[in-house]
Amino acid sequence: MKIAVRINGKSHSREVEPRLLLIHYLREVVGLTGSHVGCETSLCGACTIELDGKAVKSCTMFAVQADGASLTTIEGLAVDGKLHAMQEAFWNEHGLQCGFCTPGMIMASKQIVERHSDPTEEEIRHGLAGNVCRCTGYQHIVNAVKAAAAGAGK
Amino acid sequence: MATTMTEVEKLVGKRIRRREDPRLITGTATYVEDIQMPGMNHAAIVRSPHAAAKIRSINIKRAAEAPGVVAVFIGKDTEKVGAVPCGASLPGLRVPHHNILATSLVYFVGHPVAVVVAQNRYLAQDAADLIEVDYDVLPPVADPEKALAPNAPAVHPQWPDNVAFTYHLEGGDVDKAFAEADVVVKQRITSQRLIPMAMETRGVVAEWRGADRQLNLYTSTQIPHLVRTLVAQMLGLDENRVRVIAPEVGGGFGSKLNVYAEEALMGFVAQQTGKPVKWIESRRENFLCTTHGRGHVDYYELAAKRDGTILGIKLKIIQDIGAYHQLLTPAIPTLSVLMMPGIYKTQNVRADVVGAFTNCMPTDAYRGAGRPEATHGIERMVDILADELNMDPVEIRLKNFVANDQFPFHTATGLMYDSGNYAAPLKKALDIVGYHKLRQQQAEARKQGKWIGIGISTYGEICAIGPSPATPAGGWESATVKVEPSGKVTVMTGASPHGQGEETTFAQIVADELGVNIDDVLVVHGDTAIVQYGIGTFGSRGTAIGGTAVYFALQDLKAKIKSFGAMLLESDDVALSGGQVICNKTGKSKSVPEIAAAAYRAMKLPPNTEPGLVSTRFWEPPNFTFPFGAHIVVTEIDGETGDIKIRRYIAVDDCGNIINPLIVDGQVHGGVAQGLGQALWERAVYDENGQLITGELMDYAVPRAHMMPWIENDHTVTPSPVNPLGVKGVGEAGTIGCSPAVVNSVVDALSPLGVRHIDMPMTPEKIWKLLIPESVK
Repeated sequence: MKIAVRINGKSHSREVEPRLLLIHYLREVVGLTGSHVGCETSLCGACTIELDGKAVKSCTMFAVQADGASLTTIEGLAVDGKLHAMQEAFWNEHGLQCGFCTPGMIMASKQIVERHSDPTEEEIRHGLAGNVCRCTGYQHIVNAVKAAAAGAGK
Repeated sequence: MATTMTEVEKLVGKRIRRREDPRLITGTATYVEDIQMPGMNHAAIVRSPHAAAKIRSINIKRAAEAPGVVAVFIGKDTEKVGAVPCGASLPGLRVPHHNILATSLVYFVGHPVAVVVAQNRYLAQDAADLIEVDYDVLPPVADPEKALAPNAPAVHPQWPDNVAFTYHLEGGDVDKAFAEADVVVKQRITSQRLIPMAMETRGVVAEWRGADRQLNLYTSTQIPHLVRTLVAQMLGLDENRVRVIAPEVGGGFGSKLNVYAEEALMGFVAQQTGKPVKWIESRRENFLCTTHGRGHVDYYELAAKRDGTILGIKLKIIQDIGAYHQLLTPAIPTLSVLMMPGIYKTQNVRADVVGAFTNCMPTDAYRGAGRPEATHGIERMVDILADELNMDPVEIRLKNFVANDQFPFHTATGLMYDSGNYAAPLKKALDIVGYHKLRQQQAEARKQGKWIGIGISTYGEICAIGPSPATPAGGWESATVKVEPSGKVTVMTGASPHGQGEETTFAQIVADELGVNIDDVLVVHGDTAIVQYGIGTFGSRGTAIGGTAVYFALQDLKAKIKSFGAMLLESDDVALSGGQVICNKTGKSKSVPEIAAAAYRAMKLPPNTEPGLVSTRFWEPPNFTFPFGAHIVVTEIDGETGDIKIRRYIAVDDCGNIINPLIVDGQVHGGVAQGLGQALWERAVYDENGQLITGELMDYAVPRAHMMPWIENDHTVTPSPVNPLGVKGVGEAGTIGCSPAVVNSVVDALSPLGVRHIDMPMTPEKIWKLLIPESVK
């Protein structure tokens, strides 16, 4: 089937197998390997991207389901070499260790701040419940989301 | 150029954000799965669905003819490949010959049986589903205590008792200690099987360059050099023609401190097909076929005087080995034995370990590896003793701590604790939590029918693993430090970090020692063709051993830089400071880049000095290091649901000198999360048929953000005398300190019910059953 999508502001059109997962389309067809496959069952969130402005898990969507959609992946956050505030906050607050969950974690965190301009710790923690990190114990991630939200409110 | 001497701000000890992060936060890092090569095929592995079975026949015909399939291999094709190695040695150890693909018997669910190689991952999986294996199913045993019972099914027919090894260690006079005791307390304590669950599953890309007989192996590992040596042996290749690359590695926690069948298998496939091949473990495979952790059943006895003085400890460990040995499987419980006295001064100990084969995935190192089990046991037993004697858990600990003037302290298990001040973190943690007031509040709350618990653990652990005589394959670490002709500094570390932040902490050490800008320092690791032989990152050794190797290489370079500086300045009276060699008489100076240029240009050399500015050091530590700390956990239990809420979590850790407090806190947080996971939620459950019924993230409860409490971190600093940095290691401390503090807290909360011990994980159901009256159970 032929699909047309916008990814990080660029148009892509391509014939794909109906069973091709969106994450594999992004990683192996388009070559954007920043989003990761952590579980193939939508339970870990390492594959989280934005589809038409909403955070989705791209490991349990078919590429054909994204036809006509506008996607943002971790590679699309920094503009002209300037990091997105959430990327900067993860860096400043040591919100990552091995880094494997990080792209999905940053995409989910961005969504939290978009939904709550001044999120409480509880809102942040519940907003991250679909994303697993095995390294950080989440505390520095919570700090990063708080810091990014505080920065965005200025 | 004349300059004044300026004191440069030291970076060691500063909260510096990590230098490895830009690639990780932008999605541009390269993990194994991100590697693409022209003509690369993909592999899917067919695995046994049975825990024990005889293979009658395998029919590969339909798979071999399926679209896009390049090759199919089964056990008889790989018989010449060497067995998966066990690196640990114990007297009388029974080591099953574990082939990379099963030949006649399968002995755990997930046992690899065949590999399908196809043009892409979808086609490989399609074809794998077409392979027909005819099994003669045999009775399995999945529980270590049942495995040791008479007439249990034999995991390996040649060893009907299922005993993998026994191990005995004794110090002091245990019989006398127990004969003289006023009180003996006993408890069976388990440390359940756990799944390490690194976020990145394992994965391998193998590329065979036939004309050179060269294998390039990209693998998600903590130990690239050891993988090189052992995979070369398995495949019969020259070690110097196997290049192992650990690119970005997405977490390990011990589960990638190993050499796996799939690493050799992909090398074999690449050789046979002449094309690169990629295998990426699915999460399901990761649960089934990557090593598990813990798996202890412990029987403790503690002998004490009425005043709380501990006289002696007896411990019997039944270790669930699983179906065969991975790299360090049998060594793990021996670490528990070494650590069994905790940080208490009793000199009378006796331990007996039995390793039991079961039809399950092998256990091996998992964050803490043997020390969490030991700490959990002794810290639970001390609380049980305090309860028996009606003593405060703080008082009984203070009474038994190794005293400050006893260091270096020789334990009854043969260790020498390097340095310690065990009361200090406990007192600090008690102050932070407001212990005395909290006990009053607890008494008040109890009157109102609330279940509040206060749990303490004061842990000690073994880090910087370790001196070579005590570590399979060597316990040293290597570093090469090069000042390049431009003055930029490149560090190549044999430790292979994968999230621990050594690209930053090692650069901090370099910047301070040479006085160069940290931006001019690059830390390289994880490629055996670039980095000198090394051991790897595990056992909280990266900084204490790998960092010390860097430190000594820097001392060599400083001497050489000074001698070049002295030559250029034509003075013997020079000092190196702030990146300048300065003549003390004239104040004239030469910068490190100026000296580096001269050292490589070599127009003139100081006497007996070679050109260049490079030093390689292999540092052999004289001892382990022994960090310690105190964790205090305040819990509140919902009397109706059994749900446990953590109200406060205080972690006061002493890991010696701290190079980067931001990174140290992160290590503690992550460690605590894994400790809490064990205490409250995680358990790998095999049913009676040997099926892993917690085989996905749906069934296996790793901590998520909303499940974690806020952790209040603090530190005391007792430098280690073992290395010149004074560091001890912190990677596993959080996990080791955590679980007993949590269980002690919940047991304390429920102590009015007469509860004395609860095994982990303390699920709401388990707690609820303790809370409700017998009549409604």
